Amino acid sequence: MITKSIIVENISKRYRIGINENTHDSLRGAIASWIKYPLSNYRRLRSLSKFDENGIGNDIIWAVRDISFDVKEGDILGIIGRNGAGKSTLLKILSRITDPTTGSIKINGKISSLLEVGTGFHPELTGRENVYLNGTIIGMSKKEIDKKFDEIVEFSGVKKFIDTPVKRYSTGMSVRLAFAVAAHIEPEVMIIDEVLAVGDIEFQRKCIGKMDEIGKSGRTVIFVSHNMSAVLSLCKSAMLLEDGRCTAMGRTEEVVKKYLGENKKLRGEAEDNSSVPEGKKLKIRGARLLDEHGVVCSEFNLKEKISLEIIFEVIVPGRGYNVDFKVISLNYGNVFQSNYLDVDVDNKRYQYWEKGVYTYRIDLPVDIMRDGDHYIQIVSAVPMVEMLDVFDYELYFRCIDVDSPEVKLMQGRSGPIYQFLPWNKVEHSDSKYSQFENTHRSY
Amino acid sequence: MSKSQQKITVIEPKSGWQLIDWTELKEYRDMFYFLVWRDIKVRYAQSVLGVGWAVIQPVFSMIVFTIVFGNLAKIESDGVPYAIFSFTALVPWTFFSGSLTASTGSLNAMITKIYFPRLILPIASILSKSVDFGISMVVLFGLLIWFQVVPTIWILFLPCLIMILMLTSLGFGLWLSALTVQYRDVRYGLHFGVQLLMYAAPVVYPASLVPQQYRLIYSINPMVGVIEGFRSALLGTNPMPWDFIIIGTISAVVLMLTGALYFKRREKFFADVI
Repeated sequence: MITKSIIVENISKRYRIGINENTHDSLRGAIASWIKYPLSNYRRLRSLSKFDENGIGNDIIWAVRDISFDVKEGDILGIIGRNGAGKSTLLKILSRITDPTTGSIKINGKISSLLEVGTGFHPELTGRENVYLNGTIIGMSKKEIDKKFDEIVEFSGVKKFIDTPVKRYSTGMSVRLAFAVAAHIEPEVMIIDEVLAVGDIEFQRKCIGKMDEIGKSGRTVIFVSHNMSAVLSLCKSAMLLEDGRCTAMGRTEEVVKKYLGENKKLRGEAEDNSSVPEGKKLKIRGARLLDEHGVVCSEFNLKEKISLEIIFEVIVPGRGYNVDFKVISLNYGNVFQSNYLDVDVDNKRYQYWEKGVYTYRIDLPVDIMRDGDHYIQIVSAVPMVEMLDVFDYELYFRCIDVDSPEVKLMQGRSGPIYQFLPWNKVEHSDSKYSQFENTHRSY
Repeated sequence: MSKSQQKITVIEPKSGWQLIDWTELKEYRDMFYFLVWRDIKVRYAQSVLGVGWAVIQPVFSMIVFTIVFGNLAKIESDGVPYAIFSFTALVPWTFFSGSLTASTGSLNAMITKIYFPRLILPIASILSKSVDFGISMVVLFGLLIWFQVVPTIWILFLPCLIMILMLTSLGFGLWLSALTVQYRDVRYGLHFGVQLLMYAAPVVYPASLVPQQYRLIYSINPMVGVIEGFRSALLGTNPMPWDFIIIGTISAVVLMLTGALYFKRREKFFADVI
């Protein structure tokens, strides 16, 4: 019998984003408003949780609207969508952090949600104490932690420092310890945010490996991500959110294709001039694709030179920053990935980044690239430590099949890359190859 | 996995008023324990005096009060040395004001990241203050011996008074923590408010100074009954002030119940407005 783990019925969530603060250009106006300030402030703060008040409806947004779905036991459902599509809100509702405005959700079995790792970690406590504190916060009992403690410490790789206060840990160590705790919860239903799958490649691989394991163990998982290749490899079904509504639901491949297709408009250049949120250390400002003449372009002839330019701004000077991009083919998925540390890693790893805007140019390996539509995702992180920025815009470009003899030869081949391989002759003899004859005969 | 005992979680927009979900709180008792313990450990981490700070605060207040109110202003102290008179009040008072401060700041960003019964946070922050309270109680008994004051038989009633004290702190704590999520003013006004409140309780003066006609209004403050009860039980200066205690208990219970209701009602907005 197939039982349903999660049944979601018509949930919606409404937020008030707060009425704009007034600005005054005269001293008189400013003073007058200072006098009225407490009263208007009280109204403004109070209205954050009130919806039925006299018609000031322009600041209400529906973050999630009328979403219904269910997840069978043991399924992994991926939720995808652009930034601001309502993924985080849906996740928060499913995790019971915030109540839905309407609708209901039934969840069968013990549920755990991981929207971040290391909730409740305190720098003054030792690793051991933090494991217990964080473990109980994310829903384990003390007994369970006792039982798994050695395993958790082993997984984290910080055994030697387990009785040292966490403030003496490197950031990477505490993230590993926090993840180790999270990796050992065993709920029947699990809700995971993509923030878990960022960081450097090794850490990502570890997270995704663990999630794969969780999925295979028969637990139900809801996984929210930007990372299409992770969704494709982990999830059997997926849901696409757009503007708070569910616009596609079904087999992962189809939903991902729809999501990518929707944004398929070719774009060789993107800029992000938005203001920098507080605490941001690095922001990716722009990216563009250039042809061999240095002109912005989004359609290239196959095998023609393509350069990618990435522009980013270092806001807080520091060390260890890395920028990474991925080229994904709409037909074949991930083609390749590259990051700043690719060449000369020993020097670059400890490079000190001064404040300022940097522009880097990378020549794409056109020799191996095939025809079709591609897109490029750019992120920045301090490996093993923290995510710095995800570039909100993707570049879309098309490689066009041209009528050259070289390209002709490649048509009809399968696989995500095109590559001519040299065939080196080793031997040629007149007589028949006896061994081959034998095997042939034996059939 | 045994399906038979699987629990089913239903998430719906909650309406109206509902009281505390005890079974759920019980499920989270381990978290509760570690939170209390974290608060205690962190408070004294990397400080030279460590737990000594729990003693220093009321002792120094006592010294200052004894000089200013006892020696300079010559406020009467029901016939016992002013030092022990004020310290007996300062022990419950310090716990009370400490709990208010701790619970007001207890709802932090953690509530936007994970679900747990939100009540745990203010309750844990208040319980963690009880360690300081225990230590200052020991100091209080030391002082009783030093000043050769013999407690009365009513010392057996002390646990009841402590219960009222806890109830009052929790009631205030629930109100303040829920309010401060939306209105930061609560946090800014708290320090000042607690100072003012101290003069509305018989900490530096005896309750016997309060005119008879105001006694009833005065006793609405549950701390009046607690403090005068402490003095009566430990110093034997006055008979047990039952009028203070009974009215105080009623208002403590009302405070606690309304606090819990208000907290429950606001709970669903915490993550949205914090």
